Amino acid sequence: MSSLSRDDVAKLAGLARIEMTEAELVELSSQFGMILDAVARVQEVDLTGVKATSHPQPLENVARPDVVLPSLSPEDALSGAPAKEESRFRVPQILGEAE
Amino acid sequence: MIKQTASEMGEALSKGEISSVELTKAHLDRIAEVDGQVKAFLHVDAEGALAQAKGVDARRKSGEKLSPIAGVPLALKDVLAQRGVPTTAGSKILENWKPPYDSTVVSKLKDAGVVIMGKTNMDEFAMGSSTENSGYGPTFNPWDLARTPGGSSGGSAAAVSAFEAPLAVGSDTGGSIRQPAALTGIVGVRPTYGAVSRYGLIAYSSSLDQAGPFGRTVLDTALLHEVMAGHDVKDATSISAPVPAVVAAAKSGDVKGMKIGVIKQLQGEGYQKGVQARFDESLQVLASLGAEIVEVDCPSFEYALAAYYLIAPSECSSNLARFDAMRYGLRTGDTEGASAEAVMSATRDAGFGREVKRRIILGTYALSSGYYDAYYGSAQKIRTLIIQDYAKAFAQADVLVSPTAPTTAYKIGEKVDDPMAMYLGDVATIPVNLAGICGMSLPAGLAEEDGLPVGFQIMAPAMQDQRLYQAGAALEAALLSKWGAPILSKAPTLGGVR
Repeated sequence: MSSLSRDDVAKLAGLARIEMTEAELVELSSQFGMILDAVARVQEVDLTGVKATSHPQPLENVARPDVVLPSLSPEDALSGAPAKEESRFRVPQILGEAE
Repeated sequence: MIKQTASEMGEALSKGEISSVELTKAHLDRIAEVDGQVKAFLHVDAEGALAQAKGVDARRKSGEKLSPIAGVPLALKDVLAQRGVPTTAGSKILENWKPPYDSTVVSKLKDAGVVIMGKTNMDEFAMGSSTENSGYGPTFNPWDLARTPGGSSGGSAAAVSAFEAPLAVGSDTGGSIRQPAALTGIVGVRPTYGAVSRYGLIAYSSSLDQAGPFGRTVLDTALLHEVMAGHDVKDATSISAPVPAVVAAAKSGDVKGMKIGVIKQLQGEGYQKGVQARFDESLQVLASLGAEIVEVDCPSFEYALAAYYLIAPSECSSNLARFDAMRYGLRTGDTEGASAEAVMSATRDAGFGREVKRRIILGTYALSSGYYDAYYGSAQKIRTLIIQDYAKAFAQADVLVSPTAPTTAYKIGEKVDDPMAMYLGDVATIPVNLAGICGMSLPAGLAEEDGLPVGFQIMAPAMQDQRLYQAGAALEAALLSKWGAPILSKAPTLGGVR
């Protein structure tokens, strides 16, 4: 039986930038054992020598001629912004005072 | 008028018997009448739809050669960006967002003169199989309002089943078109990966996502498929080969001499009795039409569900990182002195629902160093084995078949607290997505024990989508003559109209 503690879930939530409530952390950790057991079935198969598939198509680089095409106007690009200033996105402080 | 097929509507429009404005109004009236019960739509764009209808009527009048479904109204899954129209992907994090651009699917629909009436409900970011994970409440199955319509494209499927729209667009990452089509008694197709552009399709799992058509008949679905598909320079994974001749195939509907492979692993134990019975009956029908039925073995399919629930959450944990509260969408906790990271974390907690958080955390775990090889790495290798199983099976058969879903529609709330039980509903549809091939679900009748629709799934190799329509049309015609009337005529009355 796999398991993930409340603290493990809290760490993952931090990495994923989701500030979870205590109740959410407890609920997720209680569900995770069952889910991990189910997905861990991929380890039951002998996969020696099997290549990994990351994508259903043989991917190639796709390039186009280097020509300027129409794109969003500044007004359109900013139309969904939670906050803006002049023609820029206004965001919370990213670097600390001392940095 | 609203009970006709899309192809009949298209014909009436081209003969000038009705206008697109009249047809669109009739559907908007139907929506006003029944959508309070069904809740298929998140947003009805009546004004925009009537303007589009007026436009296509004018184009027709000027003598322009139009698509066979020009002027026919359609319901669009809220996962596709439409300029100026609210697009939420069923998530609170995108509440009130109006995209500044059209997805390629929307551009193609507009070019073809198809009238987009509104945006349909879905599981948040297409994560779910019942539409209960929507941030805006569930959609109700027109066959029984106490049950789910399936998901994640449940709103689109319910709209078509309830005659609110003759056509709809959905997206299918693990069965999200085929399973709701099965549960609501309509036709749904997941085209070959790369056949329909993903530009403007809000990403869940990029190597699995694919938009596709819903209709009440195989031919209607083909007509919409042909409009949506085609190469797009804006999607690097878009296939440049010509669109398969799906409409011609839907019109031919001949299975004489066709080899149909029954996948041993996708039937029997775990499948509801009435589902299995309708499936077996459809097989007999196909055999009586001259198809050759063979059994094929796909041993790795047993691990498809496990591989999917590692690959899709892994990709989603990366894709959904874009919802960072900076450039668009929700922002909360932006108080004086709060760091960007704190604002981001508070916003993502407030904006994402339970299932989305569950999958982001699972994906973050599966991709973390120390676990990557054991989980994500192994899942990618299982994916290879599934592709190999299909290759062997398609060497023995032209198309493969199974029931679309193991059960008929279940009650709202029944599985919402048991994620693994919910995930099991995708067992028969997921292998198609992992291999990047195409699949169709069409109605196979009603299960005896509950009187609810059962779906029959047909699968074909990549870019052989026409085979789905060829076999599907043959089965549909034979079942229709057996039943005497389309399956939706057996659904209960909604709003006193049906």
